[in-house]
Amino acid sequence: MLRYTLKRLGAGLLTVYFIATATFLAMHFVPGDPIAGNKAMRPEIRQNLERKYGLDKPVSVQYVVFLRNMLHGDFGISFTQPNRLVNDIIKDHFPVSALLGVLALSVASIGGVLFGSLTAVVRGKLTDRTVMFFVILAVSVPSFVFAALAQQLAILANAGAGTTLLPVAGWGSLRHMLMPTLVLGLGTMAFLTRLMRSSMLEIVNQDYIRTAKAKGLPTHRVFFSHQLRNAILPVITVLGPSIAAITTGGFVVETVFSIPGLGRYFVQAVQQLDYTVIMGLTVFYGAFLVFMVILVDIIYGFIDPRISLAKAAS
Amino acid sequence: MTPRRLLALLALCFAGLAPLSAGAEPRTLKLLISSEPPQMNSAKATDQISGMLLGHLMEGLTRYGQNGELIAGIAESWHIDDQRASFQLRRGALWSDGKPVRAQDFVFGWRTVVDPKTASEYAFILYPLKNAEAINGGKLPPSALGVSAPDDHTLEIVFENPCGYFLGLTAFPTYLPLREDFYKSERYGADASDLLTNGPFNLTRWVHGASLTLDKNPQYWNADRIHVDRIEIPYITSDPNTAYNLFLDKKVDTLGISKENLDRAQADRLKMKAFADGSVWYMEFNFRQERVTRNYHLRKALQLVFDAKEYVSRVVGIPGTKVGVSLIPAWVPGVNGRFRVEFPLAPRKTDFAEAKRHLELARQELGGTIPPLVWLTDDGPAAGRQAEYFQYLFLTRLGIELRIDRQIFKQRLAKMTAGDFDIVSAGWGPDFADPMTYADLFTTWNDNNRGKYKSEKYDELIRKAQSTSDAPTRMSSMAAAEQVLLEDVGIVPMNERVIIYAHQPRVSGIVRHVVGPDPDYTWITLSD
Amino acid sequence: MSVQQPVAIHPAQPVRSAPGAAERTRALAALTRGDFEPVPRESLERGPSRPSLSYWQDAWIRLRKNKQALVSLGIIIALVLFTLLGPLLWREDPSAPSLSRISRGPSLVSDVPVLPELAPFTEETRADVPPLPQADGATLAAPSKLEWLEPPSVQAVRMRWDPVPGAAGYLIYRSQDPPAGGYFGLPVGTIEAGNVVSFEDSFNLEDRKYYYSVVARNVSESKQSITREVVLSPGISLGDAQAIRPGAQPGEMVHFAVRPFGTDALGRDLLARLMAGGRVSLFIGFFAPLVALSIGVLIGGIAGFAGGKIDQWLMRITDFVLALPFLLFMILFKVMLGGGPGQSGISAMLVALIALSWTGVARLTRGQVLSLRESEFVQAARLLGARPLYILLRHLLPNTLGVILVSFTFAIPGAIFTEAFLSFIGMGVEPPAASWGSMCNDGIGTFLTHPHELIFPAVFISVAVLAFNLLGDGLRDALDPKMRSVE
Repeated sequence: MLRYTLKRLGAGLLTVYFIATATFLAMHFVPGDPIAGNKAMRPEIRQNLERKYGLDKPVSVQYVVFLRNMLHGDFGISFTQPNRLVNDIIKDHFPVSALLGVLALSVASIGGVLFGSLTAVVRGKLTDRTVMFFVILAVSVPSFVFAALAQQLAILANAGAGTTLLPVAGWGSLRHMLMPTLVLGLGTMAFLTRLMRSSMLEIVNQDYIRTAKAKGLPTHRVFFSHQLRNAILPVITVLGPSIAAITTGGFVVETVFSIPGLGRYFVQAVQQLDYTVIMGLTVFYGAFLVFMVILVDIIYGFIDPRISLAKAAS
Repeated sequence: MTPRRLLALLALCFAGLAPLSAGAEPRTLKLLISSEPPQMNSAKATDQISGMLLGHLMEGLTRYGQNGELIAGIAESWHIDDQRASFQLRRGALWSDGKPVRAQDFVFGWRTVVDPKTASEYAFILYPLKNAEAINGGKLPPSALGVSAPDDHTLEIVFENPCGYFLGLTAFPTYLPLREDFYKSERYGADASDLLTNGPFNLTRWVHGASLTLDKNPQYWNADRIHVDRIEIPYITSDPNTAYNLFLDKKVDTLGISKENLDRAQADRLKMKAFADGSVWYMEFNFRQERVTRNYHLRKALQLVFDAKEYVSRVVGIPGTKVGVSLIPAWVPGVNGRFRVEFPLAPRKTDFAEAKRHLELARQELGGTIPPLVWLTDDGPAAGRQAEYFQYLFLTRLGIELRIDRQIFKQRLAKMTAGDFDIVSAGWGPDFADPMTYADLFTTWNDNNRGKYKSEKYDELIRKAQSTSDAPTRMSSMAAAEQVLLEDVGIVPMNERVIIYAHQPRVSGIVRHVVGPDPDYTWITLSD
Repeated sequence: MSVQQPVAIHPAQPVRSAPGAAERTRALAALTRGDFEPVPRESLERGPSRPSLSYWQDAWIRLRKNKQALVSLGIIIALVLFTLLGPLLWREDPSAPSLSRISRGPSLVSDVPVLPELAPFTEETRADVPPLPQADGATLAAPSKLEWLEPPSVQAVRMRWDPVPGAAGYLIYRSQDPPAGGYFGLPVGTIEAGNVVSFEDSFNLEDRKYYYSVVARNVSESKQSITREVVLSPGISLGDAQAIRPGAQPGEMVHFAVRPFGTDALGRDLLARLMAGGRVSLFIGFFAPLVALSIGVLIGGIAGFAGGKIDQWLMRITDFVLALPFLLFMILFKVMLGGGPGQSGISAMLVALIALSWTGVARLTRGQVLSLRESEFVQAARLLGARPLYILLRHLLPNTLGVILVSFTFAIPGAIFTEAFLSFIGMGVEPPAASWGSMCNDGIGTFLTHPHELIFPAVFISVAVLAFNLLGDGLRDALDPKMRSVE
């Protein structure tokens, strides 16, 4: 197990290196000037800025400089916010995104597993159809609609109660987290519901379930020890990348609810061609993702006895 | 922490506590901004949000008053002529740490702006000063800048060229003073504690990406005229719907209303105001060698089918938007009154028959057919809608196919600079209150002339206007240049932008500025 | 599906639910040879109880029986026909703006009179009034008279008022309800001089009642105002009328065609746009996920089944693609593959979508395959000498169908909305063409006041997604060997 983990971590580092390189190349190939502004710049001003950011050197030199700095953990200063280190941006804003993401994902997973199992068990009946309807609705309508509607709801609630029940926007207290969590988790919950349902339906007809029931096990034992444990495997597979995506993404939710998270920075950085922020966030996100994937794979190996990771690796 | 820093911190604490210890709730204004202020270092700030904040935190030689007129700031009196200027600074103007504002602070601040190491994008706005351009190009040391402080309260300036609008420049954020002993290069302006202020407010708290808090600065020399104790900015979001909802929920006191929310605003009976922000929008043509838009008759045909009134009334969608008549918009002051009133232009009418005639001439000159034209625009929904309007207009009236090229910000800039377009929908906002901020746009030496329009007559007229500070000469030269541009159909003006905004009834006295920090909340009173 | 019945066996004693271990042992020990009797031969040679069905035959039968799936298949076919054949029946131009009918809800036919052309408007400037007051006015009064210069129409409302002493300008407001409490409506005009006393309003006028208010201003706005109401009758300008019916003349009537789904912000017919937009959305929404999923399933399946180095390499490549910044690479793809403006960027978008979205299903498939790899039926197939590819395609993949189909049905709206977003940044549909997703994008801004612009495209997307979901369910029921019908 230890050998396996070490091998995975080593491969992970290599992957992060490739991610960084590919992004660096893509960034420099995309047309557009990171320091251009709406008003054209005099040549001497332009030169000054280029020299300051090291953009006057050839791309290959810039790449080497970037790698060297990355190994020291230094991602430089943001182009668009020249007073902030990229590391500070990550340090300040990742915890917010992470908290929001973890909450959203917890809601999504719990809801997904719950509704998925429920609809599998009562398949075909009204409950199943109702949940299905909402699931479809959740994915066919874009997320900013939900966010806008959620805000409307908050306003109505506040107006009705005469006081601020649910903050319309902002971040800081538990009440601030309620709406954004729900909106962010909705899409993933819909997917996990369907996944769980489909997985559960397959399990339900398996021989060993029949055997367990025939053995006389009480329903809840059958459900938890056998059905759930097997059906949840695809959900866990999905969860790894989802954690990474949802904790660094959430651009729409962060904009609508005015949450100081990392997602907004990433999108803005690409739009503004803020080289340092793009590279810093990509490497960070890449490392985080790779790590989560490794974690999930290990957990997977523990949960599913059919898989032996050591054998899988051979 | 140095004793000086400790003292500054204590001063800040007392400043923040003072109104509270009086027992009353601080009179607070709550605002929302659309993005994190990128740069609070006045030597480098370029964007509107930083400019607005700096206008509240700092004060320069002059500032803008309630009617858009220049009023005395740190400077009490001044004398300006073609070669030099001299400003007398008032005694009693203090920094937030209690030290007096001295002329040497302006000298240091301005030298920092033109220093190539600072790499300030707005360094060009100091170019009227002697040697500024040479210093910025690395040819001279910053100490060679044409500004000096013979004593603590006198500022002497030497000009490179006569500058008829210099007084307006002194209110610009780039001209703000900086304290040499506090300015620690890279970190200056990075956080609330890295900023030293001399204006109506202090920056007491800055949570990046989330919120800012400004408290009334008791050290401000004119603190008596400030009737609000605190400006809170608890939200940073670019979503107009969120802003609207926050306003309805009474969490913010002002609101910029987007086009889509106008109907909602009427239904909710918000008290709306219109503000012409001084920007002018036009079709810019590409005059480079291989482009068909070089052809005068083609451009004339396009201009003659364009009904600006219909465009402004139904496509732009913001009430009060002015029809674009010329490069220099209606608000710009002229010699004594408004430039447009002193130098009126004949209104343009559509003429479809005449347009077809010009189209035919263009066709003949271009070898039989007119290829599809590429219309470059940005990626916002309004830009798309406007482009589609023109697409249909040119197709049905002239049979010309327009291909719409929507690009995000940086890619659009790259294409504009490279000249990769036939027509680009462009706009320009003013830097100072003089026609020259628009007029020199289409000279051959201005890099903002993306279409590379070239007219010797135009260049000559602008050069004439730039070489003197005699107002009537300058204004009439610029008016003549404007005529040349319009007759050549170098651009087709579309509209002058108007912003609709609202505020809670408890707030009164919000001042909007076309140039300078906007909005200006230093004149407000709160009635609750 | 009902719970399985246990296969009948022929015991002498039926198996009962376990009473207790001890009792069982006693019962078993009590059995003797005489408790068993041989089964007659005939009953064993009955032959198969039902015809032998192959996998596909069985699947087809089950699919046919599934009413929901058939209905959804019908819906999908109906949508495709709607987008392909619809324009033949409904001949409105989806890209023709009609600026007299902006953002209207669903409406029936109506006839409107053509209005005569307007003479140009000249501002009235009073020579006897100074443009700017010499001294700051105290409280400014309201203008004493507000009158129309000519009969107001939907083309323009022209008004004049009497000047107010001390005014440095005027503000003209227009509202749809009576002004009260300081609320005057939209600020449609700002006059910057005290001696200009007329104004023309032509901003988005519709045939309804309006209240115009004129307020004098100096340093600040006066609190006094004068208000007049006006009711505008339906009408259309000559230019707009001739766009509908060339040769129309003032005084004649022009036909506003029916708009079953209303119009958008440029007055274009929503129904025609939905038809045109559906083509792009359904095409991208179906094919991009289809190809992406095929690639992902293959890669995930091979990785899971082969194991070892191949698995490691493939999964690291998957991680690599997963971590790449989506937006940046979309822009890159567009630059590398997209044509210039005017050329449909759909192929570029297709390639970009496929290249960046196959990773999720690859991981899912690999997980399933890993779980199933050591199953008995796989071992059996291996022992029988089946080649790995055969095992993968014939045994393993069909068993992962559930997961695959769920991913597919969820990838569809994802692709539709990603396509909408990409069209926004210049990839994808060439304006003025639209897609359902981009229509949603356009409609979200005015959702609260003109909901139809968002609701109709969203409903179409929902219906399509629902249909694909149910069809996917049905396919899974039909194709999944674990759900195979047993009798």
